Amino acid sequence: MRKTPRPVAATEPDLGLDPELTTRILRGFIRSEVHRAGMAGVVIGLSGGLDSSVAAFLAVRALGPESVRGVVLPYRSSHPDSSAHAELVLGKLGIVGERLEITPVVEAFSALSRPGSRLRLGNAMARIRMILLYDRSAEIGALVLGTSNKTELLLGYGTLHGDLASAINPLGDLYKTQVRALAEHLGVPRAIREKAPSADLWPRQSDEAELGFTYETVDRLLALLVDARVSRRSAIAAGFAPRLVDDVIRRIVRSQFKRRLPLIAKLSTRSIGWDFRYPRDWKS
Amino acid sequence: MKTLRVALAQIAPKLGQLEENLDLHARTLRHARREKADLVVFPELSLTGYLLRDQVPDVSVRAGSPWFRKIAALSRGVDVVVGFVEETAGHRYCNAAAFLSRGRLVHIHRKVYLPTYGMFDEGRDFAAGDRVRAFPTRFGPVGVLICEDLWHPMCAWLLAQQGAEILIAPSCGPTRGARSGRGITSVAVWHDLLCVTARFQTSFIVYVNRVGYEDGLSFGGGSTVADPFGRLVGSLPPIEEGLATVDLDAEVLRRARTAYPLLRDENLDLMYRELQRLRDLRYDLPGGAEGSVGRAQPGPARGKGASAR
Repeated sequence: MRKTPRPVAATEPDLGLDPELTTRILRGFIRSEVHRAGMAGVVIGLSGGLDSSVAAFLAVRALGPESVRGVVLPYRSSHPDSSAHAELVLGKLGIVGERLEITPVVEAFSALSRPGSRLRLGNAMARIRMILLYDRSAEIGALVLGTSNKTELLLGYGTLHGDLASAINPLGDLYKTQVRALAEHLGVPRAIREKAPSADLWPRQSDEAELGFTYETVDRLLALLVDARVSRRSAIAAGFAPRLVDDVIRRIVRSQFKRRLPLIAKLSTRSIGWDFRYPRDWKS
Repeated sequence: MKTLRVALAQIAPKLGQLEENLDLHARTLRHARREKADLVVFPELSLTGYLLRDQVPDVSVRAGSPWFRKIAALSRGVDVVVGFVEETAGHRYCNAAAFLSRGRLVHIHRKVYLPTYGMFDEGRDFAAGDRVRAFPTRFGPVGVLICEDLWHPMCAWLLAQQGAEILIAPSCGPTRGARSGRGITSVAVWHDLLCVTARFQTSFIVYVNRVGYEDGLSFGGGSTVADPFGRLVGSLPPIEEGLATVDLDAEVLRRARTAYPLLRDENLDLMYRELQRLRDLRYDLPGGAEGSVGRAQPGPARGKGASAR
């Protein structure tokens, strides 16, 4: 007799992933978007962390190593492992890489703008990296590949016009824990997969310490709240602390502006963002 | 029906590029003719791509127009089902599929159920079709349903009751969920739906789903044929472009309809009476309250999407 599958509870987060099928879909996505944009390849800012490493591995699967450019963008306080791990990815994938030390640019910026907090300085660093990536993209005719995952995007844990800026993002519908599963399948080095996630904008920064919860926990909660659309009450009944649930809901709502283009005040009969409706892949 | 060989054309059309897509169809048809296909089925909106939004009027074609004659000419050597945007009377734009044979139009089906929820926004861009009709072809009676139409079981039921033996279902089904050991969830769900529908209507269903990418959407493919016993025969793999031929054997249909005479036993009078009662109940018409045990499901305003013809 066939075993009856266990019924799935309505409040059970579904974070399952077929890594090979997912890889095939994302490979096709990158290939298709690069070709229809008429570009030669992609450029990726390699931080040495999990997300940008996975993005680079996917890009090489999609386009081959010759069409992928990795750019390492360290600051003087960056953890030495960050550069080392980025170099590891470059070496393992056999892609052309370059190292652009952003310290002098950050210092010139600081002298001019005097950022009074490490958050402002961190945002500036993320945006300086963005400028360099977009300049490379124009130089070599390549799309900037985004590396923000669904967890960061939903929590707003990223810099607008900084690391959130990209042309296409293969990771934006994968939670952090799913990116980790994909990383293992793609053969991302263990050292990168197992270290604590960090934006590395200042010494000893840690995503999970800063956010106040682990990715394992918040991904399960997000899968309930966002994907399954369960109520706050059901999420709490499923075992999540009310404070955590409220904190996560607040973060999602307050960071909505980071997930949308700037608002345009509607004046005419056909306005961009309202009723001028064309896909990005218009006529391609 | 007569036994025939059908080709499933799992293509990736270019978005909004009618001319290039016409070429793609012509190339695919040459390939299918080499495979000795009698009928080639293309996906939903195969000549235009899916995520058209404001491009809908720009790529629309009127039946009988010079553009339409070009499309019909595709069927000179082999019968074809293509998807396109039809501009109908009153400048309404329909998500349509045409059955073409020997260079001429045989039948147009206009998608009746336009999904407008979740990721879908078709009700905004298209006018809904208002009829579900079987039609004669050189292979026997056929019916066409486009994607979401299949999710409303009465569509397939109506076609089978009108005598359709082959249901053709062009689709643009986006990929959702890739779960370990289960493949692409959306493709698996479609296959379940096809098997059940084919079994209920004891008919062949030819399902052709597109592949390719539009704005981050990927289309799952997994085109297949369900036979009148509800078994999948000759599927194409998901995600990748491909062409497969499947023989639809008239004897299988005969055996299925002999073993399961469900269509023969259908009680149209019962259905008619109950539908009439439901309709009276829904719109507070006299006679609706008689013998009711609960409230009818609320529905759209009377007459919505239905023009008097």
